[in-house]
Parts: sequence; structure tokens; C-alpha cells
Amino acid sequence: MYTQAMDIPGQQQAAVSASLSPEESGFQACIDSDGRIEPQDWMPEAYRKTLVRQISQHAHSEVVGMLPEGNWISRAPSLKRKAILIAKVQDEGGHGLYLYSAAETLGASREEMIQALNSGKAKYSSIFNYPTLNWADIGVIGWLVDGAAIMNQIPLCRCSYGPYARAMIRVCKEESFHQRQGYEALLVMMRGTPEQKQMVQDAVNRWWWKCLAMFGPPDEDSPHSAQAMKWGIKRISNDELRQKFVDATVPQAKVLGVTLPDPDLKWNDERQHYDFGPIDWQEFWDTVQGNGPCNRERLATRVKAHTDGQWVRDAAVAHAQKQAARAHKEAA
Amino acid sequence: MNTTALKDWPLWEVFIRSKQGLEHKHCGSLHAADAAQALRMARDVYTRRQEGVSIWVVPSANITASNPDNKGELFDPSADKIYRHPTFYDIPDEVGHM
Repeated sequence: MYTQAMDIPGQQQAAVSASLSPEESGFQACIDSDGRIEPQDWMPEAYRKTLVRQISQHAHSEVVGMLPEGNWISRAPSLKRKAILIAKVQDEGGHGLYLYSAAETLGASREEMIQALNSGKAKYSSIFNYPTLNWADIGVIGWLVDGAAIMNQIPLCRCSYGPYARAMIRVCKEESFHQRQGYEALLVMMRGTPEQKQMVQDAVNRWWWKCLAMFGPPDEDSPHSAQAMKWGIKRISNDELRQKFVDATVPQAKVLGVTLPDPDLKWNDERQHYDFGPIDWQEFWDTVQGNGPCNRERLATRVKAHTDGQWVRDAAVAHAQKQAARAHKEAA
Repeated sequence: MNTTALKDWPLWEVFIRSKQGLEHKHCGSLHAADAAQALRMARDVYTRRQEGVSIWVVPSANITASNPDNKGELFDPSADKIYRHPTFYDIPDEVGHM
């Protein structure tokens, strides 16, 4: 799923010096010619740090992203929807694993990343700190949240860092099913009773603005974007991606038969884009800072799952050691 | 909170043969306690949509890689040996495909 633009103000970014060393010039030349940087290649420390932060936050988002949907596995309305939801949640876990592996190629340890998530030190996409109140929310997450994530993630397939780009190609391939299954689940509800239609509209009303915020702060408040662009980590600006998302979603909403909750939303013939109203950034920042409706609950669930799984990890190690000892004895 | 998450689970590189007749290709890595578990996890992580018919897992620590700093001395010598390529040779058109 799921990334939001991660250039969050207040997070330290290592300084980049003005004059380039020979290594730095070679590195920048590689990126400028659309080359890829691989794990063993020389790279500026700030590039490495920025990527570790972004990729690990992205991985955390995938992992935490399993929680709001996981809540609905046992309450899915049919066996078909349950099987689909399980497959989707399993994909999110898989995406987290691809991304943790990519971050590890930069020297980050899995231990430290998990610790950073569980201790609350690391950020993850704030979209998961909102509750999933009814079944329509699950459809809307697929349609809008995954839809926004796809917009964000497709340019990352061309990221300058090879392992991240390759992980994103894999993720994007799997992501399309996530959006389509959500949209289809909503179509089914929209053919149902007035109450079911109302559930869909209500869920859209609650998620729409939060999805627009997923693209991150406006370009003028995005201090690290320029550097990320120069490094080939970011290819398209937050505002541009947000606009693409709005333009793609409005016709889909029409087919579905729902209204997007924005009185200012209208086609601008001159710009050839939809205009839309202002986003409540205060709410976004409050949630990023840990004060969203579900921040504590999500983290507590995650930590509990990790702690409850300790015996499995221990048992696997004990088993491996026993097998190794037995093989050693037979060989002797 | 116990955070000894995967400390004792080594890293494995995963290679997948996408279909019979093709080579195994590197597709990523994962942590697992031993080879058997690495195979099982590779199946779940990398072949959920029939991406493969065969999996190799190799402990990452057992891979020896060339040093990117030696890229020049390792690979440049073949750059001036263009006579190793078939297009180096002029063959009259009437010979046809060769």
C-alpha cells in the first residue's frame, strides 16, 4: 500500500555541502544520467540516511496498514470477501518485508527498525491512525487509500536507489488488485439498500480529505523535496501527485454514484484539471505528531503482536540449532 | 518489551525460477532461522501469485561479490576487444545470413 510523502518538517536531514568531492560528482553524474545506485556503490551519507528513513517508514506503513483491515477479516460479509481481504492483508505484510530488506541493503538492521517502530520513535503513514468504522470503510481504503498510494508509489519504481526501485516495482504490480477489489466491493454496496449506499457515502466523506493529505504538505512547505528530487528519490512533487489523484478519482466517483465531500471541487477548463478546496493541515500534523484517533491503539496492537510472536521466533531458532547439532553429530 | 526480533535469524538471498526452462533469478532477501524455514518463507513472500516453479535460498553471508571500486579494472579490459563481437567482421551481402 501505502506511503505518504515522508519529507516531514522537523525531521533532521543531514546537511549537504555545497562543493562536491570527486565521489560526489560521480554519484550525481550517475543520477543525472538516470543511472541507478546499488548497495556497494559510494553514496553521500545524507543520501543513505534519507533513504533509510524513507524506506523504513514506508515498510512500517505497510506493516501498520495491516491493522485497520485485519480488524475486518472476521467480520467480512461473505467468504469471498474474507478470502480477498486475507490475501490483501498478506500482501501488505509482504510489502513490508520487501521494503525492510531494501533498507537493510543500506546498513540498517531489522532489529533497529522494528525497535524504532515499536517504541514509537519511527513514523508511519498517518492514514492508519483513523478508525475503520464499518465494512464500507474497507472498500474505501482499497479504492481511495490504495489509489493514493499507487499514485505515490509508481514514480518510486524509477527511484535512483536500485533495491528500493525494484521493491516498488513488485509492490506496484500487486497493488492494482487492492484498489480494484475495494472499488468493486463499493459497487456492490451501491447496488444495495439505501442504508448500504449511505454507508458508502459516509465512508467516502470521512476518508476523502485524509487521502488528499497522504500526498504530504504543499510543495512550498516541503523543504526537503528539492534535495530528494536532485537525488532522484522523488520524481514528482506532492502537489502534482495530489492533482493527478483528484483528476483520476472524480470520474470514478461518478461511476460509483457517490459525491466527493468538497463544495469547491469543479473542473477548470483553463487548467484542464479539477480545482479542489483547502486541506486541513492542522489535523494532518496533529495525527503525524501522535494525536490521531487511533495512534496509540495501532502501536499497542503492533507491539502486542510482536511480543506475542516472540516464542515462535525463539522456537524457530531452537529448532534450527537442534537440527544443526544433529547434522554435526551424524557427520562426526 | 522484547526486541531481540530477528537477531538470530540470518539473512538469506532468494532466487526464483519463474518457469521451467528459465534460469533462477535473484528476487530479494529475507530472514529465517534455517534453510527449510527460508524456503517456506520465500514461498509466502515471493511466490504468492505463481511467480515461480522453483526456489533457491542462499545464506547472504556466503555470497562473495566483486568490489564496485574495481569496476574499471575488472570490466573495462573487454571494452576494446570489439573483435569478440560478430559485428566486427565485414561479410559480403551475397553471403546472406551468417
